[in-house]
Amino acid sequence: MAANNIKHALFCAVITLVISYPILGLNLVADGAVVYLEGATTFTVVSVFLAAVVVFLFQLFRDDIMARLGFISRLNPLSGRDPMPQQKRAKLESWVLTGIIVLALFWPFFVSRGSVDLATLVLIYIMLALGLNVVVGLAGLLDLGYVAFYAVGAYTFALLSQYAGFSFWMALPIGACLAALFGLVLGFPVLRLRGDYLAIVTLGFGEIIRILLNNWTNLTGGPNGIGGIPEPTLFGMEFGRRIKEEGNTSFHETLGIAYASEHKVIFLYLIALVLAVITGLIIRRFMRMPVGRAWEALREDEIAARSLGLSRTAVKLSAFTIGAFFAGFAGTVFASKQGFISPESFVFLESAIVLAIVVLGGMGSQIGVILAAIAVTILPELAREFSDYRMLVFGAAMVLMMVWRPQGLLPMRRIHIELGKQG
Amino acid sequence: MLEVKNLSMRFGGLLAVDQVSVDVKEREIVSIIGPNGAGKTTVFNCLSGFYKPSGGQILFEGKEIQGKPDYKISRMGMVRTFQHVRLFGNMTVVENLLVAQHRHVNTNLIAGLLKTPDYRRREKQSLERARYWLDRVGLLEVANREAGNLAYGQQRRLEIARCMVTEPKLLMLDEPAAGLNPAETKELDYLIVSLKEDYNVSVLLIEHDMSLVMGISDRINVISQGRPLASGTPEEVRQNDDVIKAYLGEA
Amino acid sequence: MQDLLYFFQQLINGLTIGSTYALIAIGYTMVYGIIGMINFAHGEIYMIGAYTALIAITGLATLGITWLPIVLLVALICAVIVSSSMGWAVERVAYRPVRGRHRLIPLISAIGMSIFLQNYVHLAQGSRNIGFPALIEGGFQLGSEDTFPLSISYIQITIFITTLICMTALSTFIARSRTGRACRAVSQDLGMASLLGIDTNRIISATFVIGAALAAVAGLLLGMYYGSVDPLFGFIAGLKAFTAAVLGGIGSIPGAMLGGLILGVAESMTSGYLSGEYKDVVSFGLLILILLFKPTGLLGKPEVEKI
Repeated sequence: MAANNIKHALFCAVITLVISYPILGLNLVADGAVVYLEGATTFTVVSVFLAAVVVFLFQLFRDDIMARLGFISRLNPLSGRDPMPQQKRAKLESWVLTGIIVLALFWPFFVSRGSVDLATLVLIYIMLALGLNVVVGLAGLLDLGYVAFYAVGAYTFALLSQYAGFSFWMALPIGACLAALFGLVLGFPVLRLRGDYLAIVTLGFGEIIRILLNNWTNLTGGPNGIGGIPEPTLFGMEFGRRIKEEGNTSFHETLGIAYASEHKVIFLYLIALVLAVITGLIIRRFMRMPVGRAWEALREDEIAARSLGLSRTAVKLSAFTIGAFFAGFAGTVFASKQGFISPESFVFLESAIVLAIVVLGGMGSQIGVILAAIAVTILPELAREFSDYRMLVFGAAMVLMMVWRPQGLLPMRRIHIELGKQG
Repeated sequence: MLEVKNLSMRFGGLLAVDQVSVDVKEREIVSIIGPNGAGKTTVFNCLSGFYKPSGGQILFEGKEIQGKPDYKISRMGMVRTFQHVRLFGNMTVVENLLVAQHRHVNTNLIAGLLKTPDYRRREKQSLERARYWLDRVGLLEVANREAGNLAYGQQRRLEIARCMVTEPKLLMLDEPAAGLNPAETKELDYLIVSLKEDYNVSVLLIEHDMSLVMGISDRINVISQGRPLASGTPEEVRQNDDVIKAYLGEA
Repeated sequence: MQDLLYFFQQLINGLTIGSTYALIAIGYTMVYGIIGMINFAHGEIYMIGAYTALIAITGLATLGITWLPIVLLVALICAVIVSSSMGWAVERVAYRPVRGRHRLIPLISAIGMSIFLQNYVHLAQGSRNIGFPALIEGGFQLGSEDTFPLSISYIQITIFITTLICMTALSTFIARSRTGRACRAVSQDLGMASLLGIDTNRIISATFVIGAALAAVAGLLLGMYYGSVDPLFGFIAGLKAFTAAVLGGIGSIPGAMLGGLILGVAESMTSGYLSGEYKDVVSFGLLILILLFKPTGLLGKPEVEKI
């Protein structure tokens, strides 16, 4: 047994060396056309060997360590506690959410312009993640091409403003509805596919849309993108120093205050906040409606749901379309915030990030997803020197979550419908 | 009400069901029995639209339904249970019944978001219907529990209640007594008869438990290795030599 | 005549690319056949194979060793060892603990692994693409210069022959060897195989290792053919190979070969007659159409839904 253990541990350590030393320890350096090898820093080499030693020791004493870990989790004082009663929990949740929203309303007036800008981006990701949460978390459909609908929303606004002079407020519903329409049309044929095939097909659709945007140069400007996308107006008041469109007035002149570039940023932030809150509330309502129950039933047992007369296609399509609708929403806001969009903003990685947010937060859980969106967007900004490691950490986190906590950090707790006493 | 003529189902080279005919009249309990692997559940899967039969005709209330999608067949009033209970385990008992009533509720998304009076009224009605049926099958006490945590016998009854809230005309039960103790089987016996007597539902039953089948069936169809072997009243079937050989011989 | 030669040129280019897709597709199809999951990180394993080969070649050049057979052999061995180890480790770390859970969980784990490996190489080796020496140069031409010359390079021939050798070796291995038989048993019925005393964990590991080794071979070949590598090199190739596997019928090894060749030809015809920009659209479109209308692929077995 012991000899076997040592052999296995040694094997694992050797594998660790094999998969890490050549890639980490020998760096390819291109000098013009000449490529040569450079040894990595001593630090890297030592780390690689240290990692191998750690793996060796871990595998050697694996059973011991696992037993200890189990002991630690039992020390957690919360683990043994009964879950809160449903009524109390729902009330607490809505208080916390209201508190966060009120805080979010006043917060931008006291911080820097950059922070508000970042917060707007966070809100866009929250909208995206809440929408994808309907598709992945509630309906159980893995959509890897979600970013395509985000792109449809963004490009709809960009094109409408460029060719027809539409304003943000006119483009917002059009963009969202068009994205939903895309969801409907793309979803209709593919939603009868089994889970993992569906994932690949949606990935393919996402890539096709991006390639088309990249190559349909006449319409979309190709890789150069579209610029000059207008900002939202407030009752016909523009936020720029000078008025761009005739008939509009400017915000600072109407109110008789000095022009400040922050106004525009804060206004956009507030719009994003309102839209994110609307998104959250609508989806929360859906979850308790017949359509939400149907999503859940189909996710839990498709055969049983079909035997009760639920149409698989109709139910899945509703989730897919609603998810796409909110992606379109987010896309319109994104286009307005950036003022410029190009296919580069809509690559697969973007879908993967939104998926990571949903997975980390807990599939189906709204609060979890919101917190994850904040963490995933802000953490890399706080630790700039580590921002290169962002995607590395995401990937590792996705794997670790699936292995240890597939329900996410803040798993969904269902709000049950209760049958009261006779009445 | 249900007429099945020469139903066949082929999987690759295997003819799982061969020329089986069954018919069920209004307010009748008809059973399909046969040894394990005789193709009984395959017949059910064809009738309920999960499989597309390779041959034959299925008429429900005079309309051809073979090859129709499962959910349409269910909406016409033919609803089934499963050999291995299939509940929505993470949902509560009452939610299981609400899912089944989606045809009775207002599924308009806008109406739901705005909570229109019609939406509220229908939600309330479906809760009441759920309450009625939970009371009827003796599960009112556990209405707010997760369905996955119920005892096996309770899960069986919940599955039947879940079919009944859809207000079916024909109920198809796939081995409803499997895994039940004699007392529970007795209860089930009463329940099935009362569904027919009190709610005018016809029942098509697959069962292994001979005492249950013989006691409540109006007619019995015996199939063996996918082929029809005999059919008739319980008395006729009991005395049929082929049946005794194929069925009791195996037991 | 000229049109015909042009067509044949596209055909040859397509078959070359297609046979490397087939090599990568084996990894998808074998893993899917046995544990029913899409190994999303397989494209990255292939990319790592290409990087390792390049590191080995550069290292040998630094040492002054340039004799072609030795360079190719060493690069091949290094790539195969590193990729196989990576395949083994990925299965151990990311897939084995989630095996048997809900379908989406292993898939998300695999996507996470894919992102992780991409960035692992990106951080270690930089994001820029790096030139890959064309070790096997030259070729021959058919037809004269004044019409359209049909050119076949030696690297194309190498790719084609190597693929054939690998495929034959694999088929023989699966058909004859003890492990091969066990592989087939496990893919028929995992639970039953383990009851019969087959060490299913070992077989699953072996599947990952074999798939990764073939991907590494493809990595070396395609590195030389394209002349450069970058950390994103595996992602699209992986998707293409997956398409090839589905096209041929996932789970079927001859299917992977057939699917790879068809896909390669379809792509090169698109590049040749339409535009290179749209070749990815064609392969993804093909994937979608196949999944919609014949999800079992050309040579796959139909699945009956169990109720």
